[in-house]
Amino acid sequence: MELRDLYERFRDPKALRALAKEIEREAAKLSKPINIMEVCGGHTHTIMKYGLLQLLPKNIRFIHGPGCPVCIMPKERIDHAYILAMQEDVILCTLGDMIKVPGSKGSLQDARSRGADVRFVYSPLDMLRIARENLDKKVIFFAIGFETTTPMTAALLQKAIEEGIENLLLHINHVTVPEVMRELIDSRDEHIDSYNNQIDAFLGPSHVSVIAGSKIYEEFPTRYGRPVVVAGFEPVDVMEGVLMLVRQFNEGRCEVEVQYKRSVTREGNTRAQEMIDRYFVKRELFKWRGLGNIPKSAWRLRDEFSAYDAEKVYALPKEEIEDHKLCICGDILRGMAKPTECQVFGTACTPTKPLGSCMVSSEGACAAYYKYGNLLKEVE
Amino acid sequence: MNKTITLAMGNGGVENAELIQKVIYRHLANDFLAKAEDATPLRFVNEPCFTTDSFTVTPLFFNGGDIGKLAVAGVCNDLAMMGAKPKFLSLSFIIEEGFGLREFEKIMRSIKKELAINGAKVVTGDTKVVPKGGCDGIYINMSAIGERIACVSQTNIEEGSVLLLSGDMARHGASIFAAREGIELANEIESDCKSLWPVIDELLQELTPKAMRDATRGGVAAVLNEWAAATQLCMEIEERFCNVDASVQGICEILGFEPFMLANEGTFVIAVHPDDAQKALQILRRHNAQASIIGKVSTTYPRRVVLHSAWGTRRFLDMPSGEILPRIC
Repeated sequence: MELRDLYERFRDPKALRALAKEIEREAAKLSKPINIMEVCGGHTHTIMKYGLLQLLPKNIRFIHGPGCPVCIMPKERIDHAYILAMQEDVILCTLGDMIKVPGSKGSLQDARSRGADVRFVYSPLDMLRIARENLDKKVIFFAIGFETTTPMTAALLQKAIEEGIENLLLHINHVTVPEVMRELIDSRDEHIDSYNNQIDAFLGPSHVSVIAGSKIYEEFPTRYGRPVVVAGFEPVDVMEGVLMLVRQFNEGRCEVEVQYKRSVTREGNTRAQEMIDRYFVKRELFKWRGLGNIPKSAWRLRDEFSAYDAEKVYALPKEEIEDHKLCICGDILRGMAKPTECQVFGTACTPTKPLGSCMVSSEGACAAYYKYGNLLKEVE
Repeated sequence: MNKTITLAMGNGGVENAELIQKVIYRHLANDFLAKAEDATPLRFVNEPCFTTDSFTVTPLFFNGGDIGKLAVAGVCNDLAMMGAKPKFLSLSFIIEEGFGLREFEKIMRSIKKELAINGAKVVTGDTKVVPKGGCDGIYINMSAIGERIACVSQTNIEEGSVLLLSGDMARHGASIFAAREGIELANEIESDCKSLWPVIDELLQELTPKAMRDATRGGVAAVLNEWAAATQLCMEIEERFCNVDASVQGICEILGFEPFMLANEGTFVIAVHPDDAQKALQILRRHNAQASIIGKVSTTYPRRVVLHSAWGTRRFLDMPSGEILPRIC
């Protein structure tokens, strides 16, 4: 098999046109418009990059969700990364986009230009080599990501322990999907009032369910009356996922369905789940940029691994930092506003100088709107 | 002679002279250089064009070229894109102490070969050696003077101009990235690093392009955005006509890059009058079968680049910003 076999058929123009036609036919039967939240930033990216909104009828709308681990990182935790990076004898490593995100002191890129040793890695396991090659330094991995990347961090810790690597530390910022979804439709606290949320259905990210299974979404149809389709990231996947959701409405069904049958099962990867449980435990609260504190929505290292926990080893500030006052990211994430309705969108807030979470990473809703100018008319 | 380059070789004394005589002159000897004075008197050039560029690529030797080939091709291509024939070049090295002499010779051979393709001469130069750690192996700076044969400039682009791409894109960026990150591929990607004067020479004999630009750093996206900004017009292109090699696309899939943003070193965008489009395509295809007509210039969205998909949607293709790849040329 060649690499292209993994994506070519899922970007096939004929298939996309056929799906668009079928969605239009089905959507014509809907009694009212439906708002689909694509939870994951990867889906937002696909929708924007391939111009899928232009293929959909007007009564199907997307609400761009909070599933971008870079975007939702609160400033205080970026400050942690910055402070750690600026320590003498520290090499701070993280994944791609994280380097660009500004905290209150600047971004990791800024730290690097001020002399810090900041690197990005493609795989957390690259950290082992960096740690071995720099025994006189503390090598800190600023770990980010949803269920998808969490097992990799667990594997890193397991390997480090096995190999007796002592100069490796972890700063854990792994977050989970179902908790934030629940918060967006069923929360009454001071941070998030989801009472007026407009979400009718969810498109779940396939890679999260490859690890965690499709079972993590079962409460949404049963308890909250929101159907969920777990879909892949290629344009054909997303379009097929939308079609499946529309059919659920037309047929009066409300359930969890899997579009990405290529590798999602109900149970998921149980070995990866065991790895996560062995090394991590849920935090009581974790603050999401733009959304506020969400219970049980993130992991931390178990106490027995405190020696590897950068949050325990270093004295890092605990104070919260407020989001920018003009930023309406919280409303955008609940589907109550579009990026273009924000008064700082594209002016004071741009991908190079983001004020709010949604503009931060290329997967954020505002950044995607800014970059791809989908629905060209809306942007012009 | 030593097997590596020493600090003494940059001191202006005996060892320095030996490096210049035994290695550099041996490859580059010509009447201008032989004078070995502080500055080189040049023959008069009609409508001179002048350009400069520095080269700091890692790795120094990559699939499809090395820093020497890259430097000559790079600086000569800048002239060719303006319709100027490369004539006189300067060549300056900053070399890290301990750099292998064999590697240096290899770079010199590449420079010599590439000069011949362009019909250009190195007429002045300089060599500095810095202590270990002072630079990353070797840096090259080149400046070049060319003789302008046709008035090719982005200011000539107008509504209706047809846009062509001279080959498949993103090869250089992808090959450098694969090499640097140690990504193993079944089919190794060869950089498109290449001197463009031969193809430009043929083009200029049969037509006058409106504008040409080699899609180096920032890739095809940067060229089109620069043209859109400079002309206040809209560059509209069809994604399916922009060719990308399967392995290059593979690298992009793995790392999340867009081929439009990745660097090229021998692939250029050209804008021509609609009547010249087929002729231009024919000539480009003689040199690269992947050349294609990719779109046209319109007024739909002034100052923007619009990318049309094969399934009838469109989006803006923005100027690349921020870090894409650390150092690639």
